[in-house]
Parts: sequence; C-alpha cells; structure tokens
Amino acid sequence: MFNLGRKSSRVGMGLAALVAASALALTGCSSSGGSGDSGDAGGDAGGDVSITMLPKNLGNPYFDTSTGGAEAAVAEFGGTFEEVGPTEASPTAQVPYIQTAAQQGASALIVSANDPEALCDALDEARGAGVAIVTFDSDTNPDCRDLFINQATSEGIAQIQVDLITEQIGDEGQIAVLSASANATNQNAWIAMMEEELAANHPNVELVEIAYGDDDDQISFDKTAALLQTYPDLKGIVSPTTVGISAAARYLSTSEYKGQVALTGLGTPNQMREYVEDGTVTAFALWNPADLGYLAAYAAQALATGEITGAEGDTFEAGELGSYTVDADATVLLGDPYVFDADNIADFDF
Amino acid sequence: MSTVTVLTQKPAREYKAYQHPLWRRVIVNREAAIIGLLALVIVVATVVVPNFDSPLTLTYLIREIAPILLIALPMTLIIITEEIDLSVASTLGLSSVVTGLGVQAGWPLPVAALLAILVGTVAGAINGALVTFVGLPSLAVTIGTLALFRGVAVGLLGTTAISDFPEFWTDLARANIPGTPVPVIIIPFLVLALVFSVLLHFTPFGRTLYAIGLNKEAAAFSGIDVGMTKFWLFVMSGSVAGFAGVYFTLLYSNARGDNAIGMELQIIAAVLLGGVSIFGGRGAMHGVIAGVFLIGTLASALRLAGVTSDIINIITGILLILSVVSASFLAWMRTKRVAAIGRKKGRSGSSSDTA
Repeated sequence: MFNLGRKSSRVGMGLAALVAASALALTGCSSSGGSGDSGDAGGDAGGDVSITMLPKNLGNPYFDTSTGGAEAAVAEFGGTFEEVGPTEASPTAQVPYIQTAAQQGASALIVSANDPEALCDALDEARGAGVAIVTFDSDTNPDCRDLFINQATSEGIAQIQVDLITEQIGDEGQIAVLSASANATNQNAWIAMMEEELAANHPNVELVEIAYGDDDDQISFDKTAALLQTYPDLKGIVSPTTVGISAAARYLSTSEYKGQVALTGLGTPNQMREYVEDGTVTAFALWNPADLGYLAAYAAQALATGEITGAEGDTFEAGELGSYTVDADATVLLGDPYVFDADNIADFDF
Repeated sequence: MSTVTVLTQKPAREYKAYQHPLWRRVIVNREAAIIGLLALVIVVATVVVPNFDSPLTLTYLIREIAPILLIALPMTLIIITEEIDLSVASTLGLSSVVTGLGVQAGWPLPVAALLAILVGTVAGAINGALVTFVGLPSLAVTIGTLALFRGVAVGLLGTTAISDFPEFWTDLARANIPGTPVPVIIIPFLVLALVFSVLLHFTPFGRTLYAIGLNKEAAAFSGIDVGMTKFWLFVMSGSVAGFAGVYFTLLYSNARGDNAIGMELQIIAAVLLGGVSIFGGRGAMHGVIAGVFLIGTLASALRLAGVTSDIINIITGILLILSVVSASFLAWMRTKRVAAIGRKKGRSGSSSDTA
C-alpha cells in the first residue's frame, strides 16, 4: 500500500518537474511576444469605471469608514469597486498595490499616502498606464497625483473650534488651550488663527494659557488638572488634538468640573462617545471620513471619464454632497469640519 | 586478512543499493517539486488571472523580490550550517538610512552606497564575531542585533524620511534591461547567485558547510575551522543586506529606518520553502531561488486576482507549513525504506552487521 503511494507521488513529482520545464519555456515565449500590448491599460471612458481604493492600511476603523463612503458613491454612479492595501502602514508596502492597479488597468486609484515621496515613482508608472490618481487624507507630492481631496483647511479647523467653544461658554470668560507638543507645526498654526479670530470677534473671551500635553495621554491628563487648579474661573478648554481632548474629557468626567467647564476640540467619535453620552462634552469637531471617501470616489470617476482633468476651476457633481470646484494645486476641499454631538455620534465607528 | 579486503568494497556496493539512479535523484527531489509548483502557479495564473501574462507582471515581480532574492543567497549558506541570521532586514534598514544620510550630506551616491555596504559588512562582522569568538548561538545574537540595528537606523533618522536622491540612480534602480521587461537588478543578482552557487556546490568550502550542518563536531575533527567559516558567512550576509539596502532605497526613493521591516521572515520562509533544512546540512541554491519566486509569484497573482493581503499571508503560511511537513514525511519514508532494505539484507545472510 505504502509502496504504491510512494511510487505514484514520485511520478507526480516527476510530472510536475516536466510541466515546470515546458511552462518556463512557454512563459518565456509569451512574455517576450506579448510586450506589444502592454499599454492598453487606460480607463476606457464610457464603459464601466473601475475604482481601486488603497488606504494607509487595512483594519483601521478610520479607513473602514472612508472606504464605506467610497463604496456608497461607486454604488450610486455604477462601477466596480475594490479596496486593497497592506496590513501595516508602510509606504513600500503600498507600492505593490499601486502596481497591481496599473496592471489591472483600473480607471482610477484612490490612495492615502504613507509617505509624500516614496509612492511617487509607482504612481507615475500607474498614471503612465492610464490610471487616474486621487489622493485623500494624506497627500503625496502634488506632481505625483491628479487630485488631492483635502479633508479640512487650517482656517476651517481654527474657525470651528472657536465657534464651538464660544457657543458653549456663552461667548464670555476664560478659556485655555491644551495642545500637543510646543513645536507641533499644524497645532501651532491653528492656535495662531484661533487667537486672531478670538481677538477680532469675541472680545469678552480671554485665552489665559496654552498648555502642552505632548500628545501623551498621562501628561495631557495632568495638564488638564493643573489648568483647572490654576484658573478657578476657567469656563472652557479647547484641545486641537485627539489625544489631548480624550485625556481632558477623562479628567473632567470624574471631577467636580463635569458639566461646569466646557471642552471641545478635535476628536474621534470612538474616543469621545462615552463623554458625549455622560454630558462631559457637548460637541467636538473633525471631518467625516465617510464623506471624504464618498467625495474621493466621485472625483475619481470624474477624472476617469474625462469630465475633469484636475485643472483649477474644474467643477464636478458629487452625489448628495453637491457640486465641487478644483482649487489651486489640484486640490478639492471637502468643506467645513464636521461637528459630532449627541445626535449624530452613534452613526460613526472610527 | 581476507575480511579486510571484503570490507573495503562491500559498504560501497551496499550504499549504492539505498540510492536511486542519478536521473531519478535529479528529477525527483524537493527542489524539483518546488520548481514544478512554481511552474504550476505560473501556468494556472496565466490562464485564470487577468493581466497576469503581461510583461509588466515580470518587471514588478522581480523588482519586489530582488532584495529577498539577494539576501536569500548568503542566508542559504548560513542555514545549511545550522545557523540563522535574523538581523538582515534591520541591516537593510540601517544601510538605507546610511545611504540617505550620505546623500543628504552632499556625497555622490556611489560613495554613500559604498559606505552603506561597509556598514552592512560591519554589522555582519558583529554578528559573526559574537557567534564565533564569544560562542553565542546565532538565534540569540541576531534577535539582539535585529533590535539593535533597527534601533540605530530609526534613531539616526527618527520618523522622517530622506527622499531626494539623484535621478540617474533612482532611474537605474527601476530600469529594465533594454528591450526586455526584466529589471537591471537581475544582473547583480545573477552574478551573486552564480558566485554563491559555485561556492556552495562546487568548492571544498561549500562541502564544509554541509559537513558543519550535519555534524559540527565531526567537521571540526576533520580539520574544518568551523568558527571562521561561520564568521565569514555572517560577514557575507551583512554585505549583501547592505547592498540590498542601497537598492531598496533607490527603488523607492526613500531612506527610512523602518524600511523592509519584517522582511527577515519572508527571506527565511522562502529559503525553507526552497528545500533548505532548518536543521542544517541540506539544501540547494536553485531550490531557494525557486522558493523566492514561488512566494513572490503567488503573492503577485493573488493580488491581481483581488485577494486581500491577510489571505495572501495565510496562503503563504500554509504553503510553508505543508512544505516543511512534506519534507519530514519524505524523510520518514526514506528511513522506513532504508530500514526495510537493511532488514532484507540481514535476512539474506549478509555480514553487514560486522562492518
């Protein structure tokens, strides 16, 4: 019995080896003979639009939400949709997926770049093969893509945070800022704009201190406690960082200041849900990743069908989000940041 | 007196009885099975997966697996001596950072690249020295240097990346041999593959590697300098990882401390899949090269077919386990057969017991 099995397995292996030899010869032929038809990968306008979405990594709730939005958009305008991506957020791990999209002749690729430069060569090759490139969430060097879907501008972020805090404290009294690190470029830009806006339009609101939690949960927690001790009359805290706002909310929720001192800033629904539900936080802001994905998919379709080229001033329709115009540097702005509150927070999971 | 003359001839004849003819040993072995499987994957993918048969597939495949192909060459030699080098991907990352810092400092790329390869070589020498002169097991040493080299690499650049490289060199890293879909990186690979194959299969040095892997005490007694042999293997491994780091950096125009993170496992998986025994003493270069191509081709085909990365990892993992299990199974069958032949000889009244 064993003898028979062994013999047949060896015959199988021998056959496999034979197949090997002939197949190698065959593929050698086809790869040299087929080099003529390498360029037909372009998006065939008028036909089915195929869109590939490449987030920074898979299994990330934020990107799951944006992919959901893109999928909904593709379902509306009719096309094929595929999400691909690496499990770890590394730029070189994204490259094979860009190449695959080029090989498949996808009409458009929507990508959140793990590095502004490292994907450029692969993206250039994909564009050469006729794939329209749309970046969202994290841009590449502008030369490497056709369009960037920008989730928010610094002005928009500064404005919404001032609006939220002044509304929550009745437009008068002391407020403080709990930022990330003292040299965080984007946070500092937002804070500078917030100060201008406060000075211009909210004369009764006084910004007493800018504290730095270093984007560390424990430091942010301690700084919140220190702010509340130092300024007994403090009426509100703005934390333009997701780490800071959740640490501050955690401190407030168990302290005597809960419901007395307002807290707002930039946070994610999953981090902030319990504090919105228990009344520590009324409203905070960020963008809506589902809308971001939805807009990116419509922009990708508009590019792939030739409706727009990505030139400044081009306009396109994005389903229920309405009409959008391409700004300078081939950028499309999603709009004002999205405000999360008790009414809508249950709709999000990221 | 007469028994002595019988003994000198008889074992040779009996040994022959355990062996198949040469043609069967060449065609029916693990390496052939892996090459066969690779061919099967290519044939099936060409028929089933759209766009797989485009020349672009070959270009992208070779670019992607080139660092693994390169580093798998010295890794094969190391594993055959029953050692392992887990620090190769960290060395690659370190070399990538050195290349980037050199170019940032305004050096011509060849100078930065040479320094990067030198750093890789030194990294390999550190591994080799700890294994040889301190006498530590390579598994422990290279787990340590895996963390150490990666730490230095990330420490030097932080979380930033250097991406401004001379276009001539980045273009070269991505260029194809004119008129073919084959990237030029295949040339240094072929040269190294030839060197390492000749070294392993056609030189006394190569035979000593198998001897060390099978039994290092016996090898030492027969006059092989086991320590120095291993030292040089680790040095080679470091140099090649350094070169792979330069290529990786130019290919992606990106020097980062976390480049190729986790690649050591892909390399070792491919080497084992290619028929090298993790217990040393067994393996062949063509099997390893086929193993790297098999994993790369499979991943490429599955991605084109729209299979997600976690499923690709699962399939590659199952393939690896199956290959190891089948190797053990074949070895078990062989022992059984040898035992059966032995019993038959014993019954037929031969004097083999006395030998």
